[in-house]
Amino acid sequence: MSNAVISGASYVLVHAPNIMMVAGTTQLLEKENPNSEYIKRIKDHIRSYDDAVAYPPNQACIGNISPEDMRNIKRPWYENPIKGLSRFGRYGEIMPEDEFYGLMAISDVFDLVILEREFAEGIKQKLSRHPLLSENDVNRIKMVADEDAIKKHLENGAVELMYGGKLVGCVRKAHDRDETLSAHVMIENLATKASAVLALRYLLKVTGIASTDVDYIIECSEEACGDMNQRGGGNFAKAIGEIAGCGNATGADMRGFCAGPTHALISAAALVNSGIYKNVVVVAGGATAKLGMNGRDHVNKGMPVLEDVLGGFAVLVSANDGVNPIIRLDSIGKHPIAAGAAPQAVMQNIVYNPLDRLGLKAFDVDKYAPELQNPEITEPAGAGDVPRANYRMIAAIAVKRGELRKEDMDSFVEKHGVTGFAPTQGHIPSGVPIIGYVREQILAGNMKRAMIIGKGSLFLARMTNLFDGISFIMEKNPGIQKEAAKTIDVSSYLAEAFREFAEYLETRGKVDASR
Amino acid sequence: MDLEIQKRIKDLADEYGPENVVVILGGAEPEAAGIAAETVTNGDPTFAGPLAGVSLGLAVYHIVESEVKAAVDPAVYEEQVGVVEMVLDVEGIAREVKKYREQYSKYRA
Repeated sequence: MSNAVISGASYVLVHAPNIMMVAGTTQLLEKENPNSEYIKRIKDHIRSYDDAVAYPPNQACIGNISPEDMRNIKRPWYENPIKGLSRFGRYGEIMPEDEFYGLMAISDVFDLVILEREFAEGIKQKLSRHPLLSENDVNRIKMVADEDAIKKHLENGAVELMYGGKLVGCVRKAHDRDETLSAHVMIENLATKASAVLALRYLLKVTGIASTDVDYIIECSEEACGDMNQRGGGNFAKAIGEIAGCGNATGADMRGFCAGPTHALISAAALVNSGIYKNVVVVAGGATAKLGMNGRDHVNKGMPVLEDVLGGFAVLVSANDGVNPIIRLDSIGKHPIAAGAAPQAVMQNIVYNPLDRLGLKAFDVDKYAPELQNPEITEPAGAGDVPRANYRMIAAIAVKRGELRKEDMDSFVEKHGVTGFAPTQGHIPSGVPIIGYVREQILAGNMKRAMIIGKGSLFLARMTNLFDGISFIMEKNPGIQKEAAKTIDVSSYLAEAFREFAEYLETRGKVDASR
Repeated sequence: MDLEIQKRIKDLADEYGPENVVVILGGAEPEAAGIAAETVTNGDPTFAGPLAGVSLGLAVYHIVESEVKAAVDPAVYEEQVGVVEMVLDVEGIAREVKKYREQYSKYRA
């Protein structure tokens, strides 16, 4: 049995429509075509910050409404906003883009983020009122310049930072010839780092742990930092911990496409369970490349471009306190290399094998959390309702195993599934967005266990045709059971040893006598 | 359809001849399967990839269509596709793919 527990989770979103236009892959590819209809039309489909805050799935992410509440909100959700809810939720917040530029500057230690002088002053004032940023943090915004100087940086390859139709800053390249340190890569990595810093600061707040009590950080975003001699050299984890004030921590980065966070959480639990560390943070920031990824389809269908937020999360895995939900390390689900890529083989390995080992049935898991993408984003692009497809697969295998009647598949999906609410930020939807909610439900006695499932499309890297899947069960803490002190009866061991020695002497005597 | 996949299909058709290539789709949604079928027959409808304006006219089927099912060892099909068949909108997918196959495929499997 595991001694590692999930002590808390935080989730943050950053509304980033301008970054979407300068760093989102779809938009950058479209800009290569000077006659792109999409680029001409997208401006009319970009949401305001207030619309992004009022968007129900975003509110579910930060915890102002529960994932279960999503079922009762009429779709399309973008036409049914929840007015009056705050940007701040109990797991985190939805940060506006101008403040995020300031946070990127705070997170930058190589003078790469330059803000326009007047804009910088305004942002410093705004951020000085932010509940999680100190005066020291805000004073880190030092690289300011006038607009002409910023334009010169743009001529030299910097990426522009726009806000309200104005040029308010830029991100410079970090090397003249190294493409891995180009301005494009630097804005990508600094956005990842800054959003992860925000998520980590929230984690410290929601768990109440002192930043200096964090022993180890595993970072599991979608990006890679390094230089041309070691493109994925790392290490986001320590860079994030440094800004967040985790002075006693070290760490490393872990990747696996969208399965990355689940691999990271299992590793964190193993590090705690082994006694190496007491408090391990798993953290990830957002992916600028995926902003507007399905934008063409959203624009073509007359919708707002819904992929306008970066997502970040952090989870604290700690030594067993007898209260928080445990991670069942005695039955991890994994998709082994030799298992093949058939969807049912994947589900058998990552969902049913771990249940079988524990003698559990499909319905013994209160909630399954595979890929939790917001279906409103994926359906217009022809990818369907991804969470629902996963739940139907789990249910179909349960039918094949005789654990469920075929006519009960829909009710199984309804009861054991979750409506997708996470932005399509790759690593973010993959199981982890539900951890905060599930933890609270388990603590409240409303749930007993949930399965967190990570799935990754490894073939995208062209190194293998394999798919990946990994899962763990999060379960109600049975409490710390102290083992009764055992009194060892030494005399019985001694008696046995003497008996064996006597038999040996007897045998030896017979052997010697026969020679 | 992914631009890189379009390129690979175009290269395979060039190398082996379009009459010798059959495309088996695996997309989970009728609309996406239809777009993929249209792409490898009439050309990329989004005009974004290497098959924009290129009508290869390839034979195209979805893995859940009855023609493919009949051509595969039942035990293998059950192992690889059985559960997926229970989950997907098989009729909707088959209808979409067939629509483009009948309209634009120049070759038959």
